Amino acid sequence: MKGNEAIAEAAIRAGCRFYAGYPITPQNELCEYMARRMPEAGGTFIQSESEIAAINMVYGAGSAGARAMTSSSSPGISLKQEGISYLAGAEVPGVIVNMVRGGPGLGSIQPAQSDYFQATRGGGHGDYRTIVLGPGGIQEAVELTMLAFDLADRYRNPVVVLGDGMMGQMMEPVRFPEGPPPSLSPKPWATTGTPGRDRPNIINSLYIEAEACERHNQHLLQKYREMELREVRYELVDPEAEYFLVAYGTSSRICRAAMARAVADGLRVGMVRPITLWPFPRAAIERVVGRARAFLTVEMSAGQMVEDVRLAVEGRRPVYFFGRTGGAVPTPQEVMDCLKMIREGRGGEW
Amino acid sequence: MQRIFSRPQALTGVPFHYCPGCPHGIVHRLVAECLDEQGVRERAVGIAPVGCAVFAYNYFNCDMIQAAHGRAPAVATGVKRSRPDAVVFTYQGDGDLAAIGTAEIIHAATRGERITVVFINNAIYGMTGGQMAPTTLVGQETTTTPRGRDASYHGHPVRIPEMLALLDGAAYVARVSVHAPGHVNRARRALRRAFEVQLSNQGFSLVEVVSSCPTNWGMTPVEALRWVEQHMLPYYRLGEFKVPGHGEA
Repeated sequence: MKGNEAIAEAAIRAGCRFYAGYPITPQNELCEYMARRMPEAGGTFIQSESEIAAINMVYGAGSAGARAMTSSSSPGISLKQEGISYLAGAEVPGVIVNMVRGGPGLGSIQPAQSDYFQATRGGGHGDYRTIVLGPGGIQEAVELTMLAFDLADRYRNPVVVLGDGMMGQMMEPVRFPEGPPPSLSPKPWATTGTPGRDRPNIINSLYIEAEACERHNQHLLQKYREMELREVRYELVDPEAEYFLVAYGTSSRICRAAMARAVADGLRVGMVRPITLWPFPRAAIERVVGRARAFLTVEMSAGQMVEDVRLAVEGRRPVYFFGRTGGAVPTPQEVMDCLKMIREGRGGEW
Repeated sequence: MQRIFSRPQALTGVPFHYCPGCPHGIVHRLVAECLDEQGVRERAVGIAPVGCAVFAYNYFNCDMIQAAHGRAPAVATGVKRSRPDAVVFTYQGDGDLAAIGTAEIIHAATRGERITVVFINNAIYGMTGGQMAPTTLVGQETTTTPRGRDASYHGHPVRIPEMLALLDGAAYVARVSVHAPGHVNRARRALRRAFEVQLSNQGFSLVEVVSSCPTNWGMTPVEALRWVEQHMLPYYRLGEFKVPGHGEA
């Protein structure tokens, strides 16, 4: 299946019954798939008037207790940030898929990873975090999309699936989990009408007094700490290696190809592949930092995740970076060349 | 003793925070009475705007959601499509609905969303302290039109019901006023009709309520009501602009 379509199908199988979105390349197949399939599944598809409207529809549907999703690509995600901040502030679950393309501005329609800061730092206004899942292939995109809905409900928080144009457009065989859709736990906080309740439910992110707003922020912070404790996911390839690549999503696939070539050059190269980009898997770095000679972070950006890698390494080892921007994709050879330069002590600044 | 007047069930006992002479209290009560009369309070989900009525979620005794500035119709769409049995209303001011939320209101109407929109037009931005609204009249002084609104410089005031009545998805569109008791009764009837249109699944409904803002207009409440009649009503014509089965009026 094509990545975009697989994610859409996974969402429906995870119990998503509300999708609102606005077309933008390279994620249009997701929107189109939802238009076909959602009515069959007894759900709602709306082609909204804007990305802003779409995320606010998700805010409404999520408030009313539905599993709700929207998807877009970089410039559209910038517009959605207003609503994502509201979802976080009002503790409304929702899933946001970003098939990242080159930027800034209108950028390109080619795959990129340059929305990492925006996704992992909150992105919108205020002190908040979203869990960010970075699939390394279509099968994993299916699994993580389904997980995203569970995590969104568990924490009453928006969850981002961060893919890229390549992930959206490429095709791979996928297997969907057998069995009926999950039976969803009740949401007693949802605004569904008041029968059986003596008090109305209010979904709100306004705390007009500083102290009250700070208390709310402390409550959210507590939740984010819990996510950091429980939700870290990563893959560690060859923990006994000398050099470690750090990469997620599409660049992790390029790194895998580079690793295969490295063997021929007598280099033992492992990989730390973050699956949750937030919370960032510092534990994976911790496991190998003692023996690693150096880290090389590879991204389709000017260097964003590398900051998290440096924070985790804390200066104990050199951390090098290689990236391409604007929609250009690094090649395994370029990664290999970087590794060789690092081995020869010509790695440049770190 | 027979009780002939009491607080509607659909209002909580929380005292309104509105300025003296502000009609929000009247309109809140009218909306609450509609929910009571039609027996839908328990099915109701209200969407509060950004602006003076942001605390509406404290006053309506039904489930409530606070929406981002202008986005109430999109939020309402998400609720209504997920819960078709819910009776969904938004309560929005002129900045919220006619400036930052213009796209949302037009597209909710054109999709024929089964929601009821209560639109308060007092021709000024209240909560932010009296700046020009899209509905500010030509010549009207505000903090951002200190020499009065000049159409050639600031543009023209916008008439929302007249615009929305053109859209096929809009089923009921009316403009009322609450500056005098007879008008309050007419406003009640329009709001009731708007909710009936939603309950009978006929499409989108909106009632604009021409309102006053004594604080930001710099007038006494009575002067402000007189100003509504003398200046606003000639520009903002009252009436039903679209009713089900009759097309555009």
